[in-house]
Amino acid sequence: MTEMTFAQALALGLTECLDADPRVTLINSSYGGLTSYRTTFNVLREKYADRITDTPISELGYCGIAVGAAMTGLRPIVALSTAAFSFEAWPQIVNEAAVACYGSAGQVTAPVVFHMLAGIRGAGAVQHSHAPQAMFCNAPGLQVVAPGSPADARGLMRTVALRSNNPTIFIDHQRLQGIKGEVDETAPPIPLGVAEVKRQGTDATIVAVSIMVPRALEAAQILAQQGISAEVVDPRTLVPLDKTTILKSVAKTGRAVVCDESQLTCGVAAELAAIIAEEGFHTLKAPIRRVGIPNVPIPYHQAEEEFITPTADKIVAAVKAVCGR
Amino acid sequence: MTQPHSYSVEAKRKFLEQMLTIRRAEEQVIHFATDHEDLIRGHFHVYIGQEASGVGACAALGPDDYVFTTHRNHGHVIARGGELGPVLAEIIGRTTGYNKGRGGTFHVIAPHLGILQTSGVVGGCVPLAAGAAFSIKKRGTRQVSLVFFGDGVLEEGAFYEAVNLASLWKLPVVFVCENNDVARERRKGGASPSDSLAARQLTDISNAFSVPSVTADGADMLAMAAAMGDAVSKVRGGAGPVFVESRITRWPGNAGTFPALLGGDYRLDWALAPSSGPKELQDWLQHSDPVALFVRTLVANGAMSKADVEAMDARIRKAVAEAASFALASPAPKAECALEHIFAA
Repeated sequence: MTEMTFAQALALGLTECLDADPRVTLINSSYGGLTSYRTTFNVLREKYADRITDTPISELGYCGIAVGAAMTGLRPIVALSTAAFSFEAWPQIVNEAAVACYGSAGQVTAPVVFHMLAGIRGAGAVQHSHAPQAMFCNAPGLQVVAPGSPADARGLMRTVALRSNNPTIFIDHQRLQGIKGEVDETAPPIPLGVAEVKRQGTDATIVAVSIMVPRALEAAQILAQQGISAEVVDPRTLVPLDKTTILKSVAKTGRAVVCDESQLTCGVAAELAAIIAEEGFHTLKAPIRRVGIPNVPIPYHQAEEEFITPTADKIVAAVKAVCGR
Repeated sequence: MTQPHSYSVEAKRKFLEQMLTIRRAEEQVIHFATDHEDLIRGHFHVYIGQEASGVGACAALGPDDYVFTTHRNHGHVIARGGELGPVLAEIIGRTTGYNKGRGGTFHVIAPHLGILQTSGVVGGCVPLAAGAAFSIKKRGTRQVSLVFFGDGVLEEGAFYEAVNLASLWKLPVVFVCENNDVARERRKGGASPSDSLAARQLTDISNAFSVPSVTADGADMLAMAAAMGDAVSKVRGGAGPVFVESRITRWPGNAGTFPALLGGDYRLDWALAPSSGPKELQDWLQHSDPVALFVRTLVANGAMSKADVEAMDARIRKAVAEAASFALASPAPKAECALEHIFAA
């Protein structure tokens, strides 16, 4: 076990992938966003310069090239940087990569990873703060992973880049980069579609995705001081989704608060809430609550931005509400 | 850039055989649509009048090369060596089709022939083909990647990004643009005005990205074979991408929303004597139909007799009829199979 930051763990996972399989090739290497943690990823350029292809500002072109390369023997990992840039590449990701396996009845696969930093990074304003995870979940054929801890960042990158044969959206978040956690370098691979209970509790279940995982853990700590025992379930991968663990936890606590830092309308939290309502209604003691972003673009000014950001405090309030406190 | 090429009688016979096979298969596709209710429920596109381009390009390729194509793919798959049965079965969505009925007319693939994705979206296949070339270069093999697309692709942004990257990175990819709405007097080269592109001619665009570019007459089988042969060998030699504009005069049957066999199935008599053909086809038969032009050349220079051509056509028609029967007799997928193959195992 080694304690490391999310950025260190992701960098470790990437280097392990490069070491393990010569087919792994990096298209761009911009990880860590605009944080100081971006220098953590300098190791990629120092040790694997010949494995990195730097591109012009041509998301549609280089994402399509990554898909074509994945169909023909490589395992590219594309660093799109800001998730909003994936919109420039949308046709190649959702209308080529996602449908290759289905349209060929399983004969053609495209093992490519699209890494992107989603959500509110701070002053990203209306065009650089998008959280498109729900949009990708709506394109069947794409795996969507969204780690919320250092161990999951390393482990899930290894799983999708080395073991999976499907196109994967790797949802990262700029504000996760400095989060610290224990990483067991000898741990077995993290399977896709297996959630993790990050904290045990009995009064309410907080389902939290990506950046909402540390916020949910913070909320659970605050709630504990107020006598409320919250369980935190991290799905880790949105497609495929581990419904069983979520429903099991809700069955135990009888209350659910679902958290994702994306817009609430038709969002990830909406889908998780719908699953709980459809398949776990009889176990609920109170209506489900969602914590996310209201259906607005992301504003520039800090006060406005903080107003719409789903924080630990908002999770605390939602859990207290479902507990009738 | 085209060098003089000479082709054996055997090679020329093979070219004609492939062209006629595509022609007759596409007629069968139109019959599927017109003679059967709901057999082809949606839109479809045929390759009639463009055969020389696909046959010439595929003749230049080796077995390990990659081919990407579009909604107008049937002829490309057959030219590449796709069997008629699985092609026709795919077009009508049967489990014996190359995609097991999952793709349909817009998406016929043949992975064993290096045809991995056929994109029905204009421009979709161009970055993918550049990606296969990127993979070839990284893996250090001698393969090439070739992509067929229509002139409409140059109206989409995907083309420009892919061509720029392919040129910057010297990727082994052949861009084959089948410009299929060219007036016959403009097929040999020069400006080719278009309602939808401001460029004077398509090669001005690829030339601007420093991609060697050539225009060839898409109705001239041997000219196409030569141009494609040169392009493929140049790309295989490591020169980076090449752009070939194949200038094609539209088959009059393609004028409407759905293709239509004007005057019924094609007759070799029309090829040999265009004035005996349907009025609306006569100019095309005389000047622009690659099959008619090639048949007349072969018969005139004695490479084949009229009887040889007729015998070849009869064999092909029989093979197409058998393939159509095979396709029609093949099972449809079970409805619940719709939930399969979303992900690879």
